[in-house]
Amino acid sequence: MEFFLQLLVGGIVVGAIYAMVAMGFVLIYKATDVINFSQGELLLVGAYISLSLMVQFQVPFLLSVILAVICSFLVGLLLERLVLRSFINEPVISVIMVTLGLSSALRGLMQVIWSTDTRVFPTVFSQAPVKLGTVLVSQVYLWSLGISLLLLVIFALFFRYSLLGVAMRATADDQQAALSMGISVKLIFAATWAIAAVVSAIGGILLGNINGVNPSLGYIGLTVLPVAILGGLDSIPGAIIGGFTIGVLENLAGGYLDPFLPGVKQVAPFVILVLVLMVKPYGLFGKPIIERV
Amino acid sequence: MLKLRNPFVMESGVYTTNYREDMAFHFTPIAKLRVIAIIILLYLLPMGANNYLVSLANLVGIAVIGALGLNILTGFTGQISIGQGAFLGVGAYTAGFLTAKMGLSFWIALPVAGLVTALVGSVFGVPSLRLKGLYLAIATLAAQVIIEFTLIRWEHVTNGVHGLVVPSPVLFGISLNNDRRYYYLILTTAILFTIFTFNLFRTRTGRAFVAIRDRDLAAEVIGINLFLYKMKAFAISSFYVGVAGALWAHYLRIISPEQFTISISIQYLAMVIIGGLGSVMGSIYGAVFITLLPVVLREIAGATSGWIPNIEMIINGLREMIFGITIILFLIFEPDGLAKIWRNIKNYFKLWPFSY
Repeated sequence: MEFFLQLLVGGIVVGAIYAMVAMGFVLIYKATDVINFSQGELLLVGAYISLSLMVQFQVPFLLSVILAVICSFLVGLLLERLVLRSFINEPVISVIMVTLGLSSALRGLMQVIWSTDTRVFPTVFSQAPVKLGTVLVSQVYLWSLGISLLLLVIFALFFRYSLLGVAMRATADDQQAALSMGISVKLIFAATWAIAAVVSAIGGILLGNINGVNPSLGYIGLTVLPVAILGGLDSIPGAIIGGFTIGVLENLAGGYLDPFLPGVKQVAPFVILVLVLMVKPYGLFGKPIIERV
Repeated sequence: MLKLRNPFVMESGVYTTNYREDMAFHFTPIAKLRVIAIIILLYLLPMGANNYLVSLANLVGIAVIGALGLNILTGFTGQISIGQGAFLGVGAYTAGFLTAKMGLSFWIALPVAGLVTALVGSVFGVPSLRLKGLYLAIATLAAQVIIEFTLIRWEHVTNGVHGLVVPSPVLFGISLNNDRRYYYLILTTAILFTIFTFNLFRTRTGRAFVAIRDRDLAAEVIGINLFLYKMKAFAISSFYVGVAGALWAHYLRIISPEQFTISISIQYLAMVIIGGLGSVMGSIYGAVFITLLPVVLREIAGATSGWIPNIEMIINGLREMIFGITIILFLIFEPDGLAKIWRNIKNYFKLWPFSY
């Protein structure tokens, strides 16, 4: 039972980070119909910038996070303007391929700048684990959980109440209608990418604090895809529920099945994904697309 | 007379008078000459080239077969697959298992590898009936991850991460154990598959694929069984990829799961995008381009190593970066790929120098 609880708590914490990264996918997909395969690399950008600032320039952690967030914001804007702007209303294959190309380009660039060695954050969070009932959790995980939940709430409120959030939802719903209501779709797209990059950067910094930073951290982008799909690509609550579901299931699979089948942890989300897609092609909460000839 | 002709003009000499002739391969005399000349030159290549060039040609040949397969699925039928790397692995391991562990002949293993891959491909193609676009891409991504995992863990068959050592094929008592001998096998297979692909799109099946790509609902309305034809597309495409995998396995003679990762899938997608979606010749151009890109970059890095310090350190990153940027630039400036660029060049010179 204790083993189970340990796995469960671990799963929930990882799930919170997944949910946050998945938010990045959902944000971009909702507003621009693009699925961003370079999400993982945006994660890396944030993590590397914050890490370099801390290690090379001795910047305090909080300031480095803020600077990394600002940089990611700019990177998001830049990517949208330079690359993605040309792909509005292009076929799906081009859009998939361009973000795959983007992920290659970004990963290569980061390898050139920071090489492929794993870098470790200086200790930011205390190493002493916290006892939750009978379960031990390290502080990094708790902080991650707290920050992720906070961000998730902020975004929920943002989409519900702020003008920009409402405009983003309107654009996602119907670009032409949004345009005719005086919403600048270009501005919305730029904002979407910037926000997604920021969310990823924060996710990257948290993950970097847990595992260290190296290019393979970028593959988390692929791990999180099942999360976004499971919940439905255009549903933010879906991303959150999907995040926790996949996090917990992955951890349970890892805990119980790994002794018999090493590595099953990484595959479990994808098996779940295939099963879900067989039953519900648009994910648990996604909006089915109705086609007419 | 021939002296004065513009080599880019090939249309003259087409006198089809009925549909049957129109559907046939219509080569104008000069185009036919060119195709034959190119094929003869390709067969003569090992005589004039060093081993390194021949080995590059082998890699290109295998890539051509794989890219043709992916283009049938993605370019002609419009079903996106991010699982080609894994399917290549299925073909390679099937052939490897049959020859290395079961002791069967390569000539049996090759088609069986294709068939097994076709089967696996169609299983993962089943979701394509309900899934479209992005969601289908993700489902094939799942296929990639699951198959990769299986290749690593099914040690009884694949030897896992240790890799599987595969014997060389033997033809008429001659072991095809070096680049030059193997080249003829790859070249012949690649030519056969290219001809088959050209022919495929003159048949009902091929036309149905194109109809599905253009508008699947409309295709269904005019009587195309969507499920059947999508399965067929997955099966045919995977067959190509499986054969490419089998050739790959017996060429390298040692295969391990890390040869079949998602980055291979992305490379194959890049081949069909850069070459030209829905173009047979485009698949070939793309395969050549993507296979040779890292080679050319390595040469450039070697040449500039005196001027730029640490180029060896960053060359991997640079290669990845240039690969990504190339894809992006092609998609932005010439989404129809090299095939279109070549067509543009031909059209430009057709009336050159009096274009107007």
